[in-house]
Amino acid sequence: MLSRTADHLYWMARYTERAENLARMLDVHNRMTLLTRESSLVGQDWEGILTINQLERDFQQRYSHITREHVIHFMAFDAENPSSIHSCLRLARENAHAVRGTLTSELWETMNATWLKMRDMPLESMERDLGAFFEWVKFRSHLSRGVSVGTMLQDEAFHFVRLGTFLERSDNTARLLDVKYRLLLGAHTAEEASPDYYQWGGLLRSLSAFEIYRKVYRDLITPRRVAELLLLRVDMPRSLLYCAQEVLANLEQIANRHSAETLRRAGELFASLRYSRIDTVFERGFHEFLDRFLVSINDIGTRISEDFLLPVAA
Amino acid sequence: MIAADYYNEMSASEAVVRPHYQPYAEWFQNVPADWLGQKRNEADLLFHRLGITFAVYGEGGGKERLIPFDVIPRIIPHREWSILAAGLRQRVQALNLFLQDIYHDQHILKAGLIPSAAVLNNTQYRPEMIGVDVPGQIYSHIAGIDIIRAGDGEFYVLEDNLRVPSGVSYMLENRRMMMRLFPDLFARYKVAPVEHYPDMLLDNLRSVAPAGMLDPTVVVLTPGVFNSAYFEHSFLAQQMGVELVEGRDLLVKDDFVYMRTTQGPRRVDVIYRRVDDDFLDPEVFRPDSMLGVPGLLAAYKAGHVTLCNAIGTGVADDKSIYPYVPQMIQFYLSEAPILHNVSTFMLRQRADYEYVMAHLPELVVKEVHGSGGYGMLVGPAASQAELEAFRLRIAANPEHYIAQPTLALSACPTFVEAGIAPRHIDLRPFVLAGREIKMVPGGLTRVALREGSLVVNSSQGGGTKDTWVLEH
Repeated sequence: MLSRTADHLYWMARYTERAENLARMLDVHNRMTLLTRESSLVGQDWEGILTINQLERDFQQRYSHITREHVIHFMAFDAENPSSIHSCLRLARENAHAVRGTLTSELWETMNATWLKMRDMPLESMERDLGAFFEWVKFRSHLSRGVSVGTMLQDEAFHFVRLGTFLERSDNTARLLDVKYRLLLGAHTAEEASPDYYQWGGLLRSLSAFEIYRKVYRDLITPRRVAELLLLRVDMPRSLLYCAQEVLANLEQIANRHSAETLRRAGELFASLRYSRIDTVFERGFHEFLDRFLVSINDIGTRISEDFLLPVAA
Repeated sequence: MIAADYYNEMSASEAVVRPHYQPYAEWFQNVPADWLGQKRNEADLLFHRLGITFAVYGEGGGKERLIPFDVIPRIIPHREWSILAAGLRQRVQALNLFLQDIYHDQHILKAGLIPSAAVLNNTQYRPEMIGVDVPGQIYSHIAGIDIIRAGDGEFYVLEDNLRVPSGVSYMLENRRMMMRLFPDLFARYKVAPVEHYPDMLLDNLRSVAPAGMLDPTVVVLTPGVFNSAYFEHSFLAQQMGVELVEGRDLLVKDDFVYMRTTQGPRRVDVIYRRVDDDFLDPEVFRPDSMLGVPGLLAAYKAGHVTLCNAIGTGVADDKSIYPYVPQMIQFYLSEAPILHNVSTFMLRQRADYEYVMAHLPELVVKEVHGSGGYGMLVGPAASQAELEAFRLRIAANPEHYIAQPTLALSACPTFVEAGIAPRHIDLRPFVLAGREIKMVPGGLTRVALREGSLVVNSSQGGGTKDTWVLEH
C-alpha cells in the first residue's frame, strides 16, 4: 500500500487512542479530586496531568494559573492545544478523510460522525457533565476500534491501524503509571505505602482494570499487584506486555526488506516484559523501568516511520 | 422569473401529466403532506454523516459543503434516452478523432473546415503532444457532455467536458439515496441501473494500458483533500479498488512511473488523473506546481504510462471550438449530427460581434476558457451596470467570448421552501471511450434552485437530482 496511506491510517488510530486515554486520565483525576476531603497534594495535582503530556509550557502561555477548570478546559476542549481531546478527534478525522477510500464506509462514518459531534456540542453542556463527556469519548473510541476490527479486511492497512493503536496505548499507559506511582507512593516503597483503596481503585478504573483486578487477585488492592497487572499480565488488554505483544505481531505481518532490525527490537521489548518479575522491577526502580520502556517504544515508533511511512526513493 | 416558454418535464399542460410521470403523480397523491420534507431532511443528515461534500473555492479554510439534493427524480423515457445515447456516442467518437487528427496530420485544418489559428494558437493546444501516439488513439477516455432540453422539447449539447469532468459520484450517491428513501417508488418504475459505472470505468482504464501490460496497475491521481472534487476522487478509487495517489506519492525513474509503497516502489501503468494539464509535470508545464510528478510527461511520451484523459484535450472542449463540432462529425464520420449544438456567436467575427453588442440583454455571454459558471453573463437577469461592465470587457477582448441565445432550460418539479415548484435543469451524462464507447443510462441532473435561475453549477448554488432512465 502507499506509504502515505499507511501513515494516515497509523495516525488516525494513534489520535483516536490518545483521545480515549486522555479522557480516561482526566476522568479518573477529576474523580480523585472530588474524593479527596482536604485539599491535599494528591487531590490537587493538576500539574501532573500537564507533566505527563509534556505540556506545562504551552499551558503557561495561555492560562494564568493551574486550576482544575483550566487544566480540564485546556486538555479536553481547547481547540488551540494540539494535544487536547478536541484536537485529537479532529486530527483523527483529518487523517481518516485523507484515506477515506481505504476505510470501510462504516469506519469512515464513525470517524466523521465523532468529529462532527465533538465540533457541534455546546461547551457548557460538556463542561456541566464532564463524566458523561469522558464516557462519550471512550465509547466513540471503542466504537471505532470495534468497527475497524469488525469490518476491515485484515490486510496491511489493518495492521497499520493496530500498530498505531497499541503503540499509543502503551505509551499512554506507561506515562500514566509513572506519574501516578510517583505521586501515590511518594518516598515510600511499594511495600510501605498505605494502600489507599480509593486512589488505587481510581487508577485501576481509569484503565478499565478494576473488575479485572478483582477477578485475578481476589484480594486487597496493593500497589505491587496493581503494577504487575498493568505491566506484566499478558491477558490484560491495556497492560504494557499486551501492547508490546500486539506491536510485535502486527509488525511481523507487514515486514518489508528494511524492517528486520525494527522487528528484532520489538521482539526484544516483548521478551524483556514477558520474562520480567514484578519484584525485580521494583528492586531495580519502577520509574527507571518505565523510562526505559518509553525510550524503547518511541524508538520503535520512529523506526516504523522510517521503514514504512516516509517516502522511499526508487 | 421562469421563462414562459420552457419545456416542463412532468406536465404537458396544467391538467396533463406526461405518461412517464403518471406513476409518480399517483404515488405522490398518497403520501402525507410533510413526507417529502422529512425525507429531504433525512437525506441531508445522511449526506453529512457520509461526508459527501465538496469544497467551495473562495470561501477559504477548506470549507466543506453539501450539494443540495432534491428528492424528486428527473425521469427520462427510454426512447428519448436511446436518441441521446446514440448522439453522445457519435459526438465523443468524433471529438476523439479530432484530437488524434490535430496532434498528427491535421487533415481537418488542411481541409479548411476550422481555421488553423483557432486550434494551433489556442492556449489549450499542447504542442508537446504533436506526434505522440496514445493507446487506442483515445484522448478523452471520460467525457461529461452537458445536455439541455429547450422549449421545443429537443435536446441540445451545451458544452463538452473532455478534461477532468466531475459529478459522477453524485450520480451514484443520488441513486443510492433515492433507493434508501423511496424504495416503494422503485417498485412502480423499471429504472435502468447505474451502479456498475465504477466497474465500467475500471475496465475502460485497463483497456487503454500501455501495450503488452496484461495486468495493469491503475491509480487515481488527485490534487488532494482540499480539491473541490476530492470526495469524488476518493469515492471512485475506492469503488474501483485502486490506490488514490497524490503527486508526491509518485516518482519517475528511467521514464517509468512508480508509486511509493510500504513495500518499496511499485510500477504504475494507467493514471486516471484528476489534475489539470498545467499542474501535471513541473518540468514541462507550471514549474511551481506541487501537485504533479516531475518527469511524468517523458514517461508518457515514452509510452510507459497512460494518462486518462490525455494531455491536451482542452482544445476540443474549448468554447471557441464548440461551434465546429457538428462539422467534425460530418468530416470524420460522414454522418449527420444526431444531437444539435446551441447556436453560438463567435465574437471574434465582425458580424457576430455587432449583433451581440446590440442584443446583449437577450443573450448569455461566456468566457471561452471559463468553466463552472464563473465569468458568465446572463443578459436577461443582469442589471444595467453589469451589462455595461461586461460590454467593456468584451470590447477589450472580443476573441475571449462567445454568446448564445438565452435558452429556456426545461424545468422539473423540485422540492423548495415554498413547496413543489418547477426549476430549470440540465443533464450531464458520462461517456467512456476505450476499446469501445460506453455509458451507463443516465447522468447527473443539475437543478438551479433559485426561482428563474438558469445557472445550475454547484459552485453557484445549484443542486442535483437522481436521474431515472426508464428501461422501456
